[in-house]
Amino acid sequence: MSALAFADPTFESQVAFRVIMRALSAPGTILSCGNALAPPAPLAAAAAAVLLTLADFETPLWIAPSFPQTVGDYLAFHTGAPRSAAPDKAAFALVDLSADGLDLRRFASGTAEYPDRSTTIVAQASTLEASSRLRLSGPGLKGEATLAVSPLPTDFIAQWAANHTGFPLGVDLILVADARLAALPRSTAIAEGAR
Amino acid sequence: MTARSFPANPQSEPTEVAARRRAMALVARARRVELAPIAEHWPDHGARELKPVESGLVMLRGRIGGDGAPFNLGEATVTRAIVELPTGERGFAHILGRDAEKARMAAIADALWLRQESRGDVETAILAPIAARLAAEAAKTRAETAATRVDFFTLVRGEDAA
Repeated sequence: MSALAFADPTFESQVAFRVIMRALSAPGTILSCGNALAPPAPLAAAAAAVLLTLADFETPLWIAPSFPQTVGDYLAFHTGAPRSAAPDKAAFALVDLSADGLDLRRFASGTAEYPDRSTTIVAQASTLEASSRLRLSGPGLKGEATLAVSPLPTDFIAQWAANHTGFPLGVDLILVADARLAALPRSTAIAEGAR
Repeated sequence: MTARSFPANPQSEPTEVAARRRAMALVARARRVELAPIAEHWPDHGARELKPVESGLVMLRGRIGGDGAPFNLGEATVTRAIVELPTGERGFAHILGRDAEKARMAAIADALWLRQESRGDVETAILAPIAARLAAEAAKTRAETAATRVDFFTLVRGEDAA
């Protein structure tokens, strides 16, 4: 049996859109999203909610090779998004942090004329907590926020620093774990560890 | 969905695809009562909607004389249904208008047609009556048109004969 998407696409995608917008405007805030979805494993419910809401026939989607065919079929059927062969040509990318790792340089960071032509990466983590492993600061944050994501590549702080200094170019990261998500837009600066 | 001319290339099209195209075209033009036999023949078809039935607009494109530049003729309201049988067949239907139930029944008919065991029954109980009605309607239109036919002829004109 094929997995279903939103039962009421209009309103449920609007709810998810609101959650994504709040997550991006207050980086590091962990929000609940996609509770009602049961996508094919190993796709997380929140990742499915984000892609069902944002991806459509105009947004090429790159799916990391660790995901099985069933996930690609599910997203293609319900979003109509074309599969992108290369990560730097994709508007959205789906990666699994445990199986694929993360290399931000592989993705499109936009052009000086069109910084919006960048990849929004939906990254599945195994845990997402508001503890102090990463210290976030920047637009949308009063002082600092904290976020702990696991697993993350060891050079994530350096990768993110390169991504952040290229502003207004750069990729945006939406981290998901089960039915929860947090976002790291390119405008956010990240420092390591507890102070 | 990308626009393409219909049919793309009838000669190269596999017969299975052509046959399904015909079946889908027939149920798309069915009246609601003509799809009612589905509930009688297959009361426990168990089809469920993979996507909620929804109505939307499609742009109709035209060409003058079949080879002119394409232009947008106008928009039409279309209702789409996608269902799946418990055995895995996926039925699709796009119908003109806003009748969601009719679209759902048409999609179920498509799914049942895909299943080898029920294809014959779909052909005889559902598709054949629709095809007969459409053929009768087309014949009537042709007859009415033929009755108003005028044959023009030109008399030999003076200046040509001279």
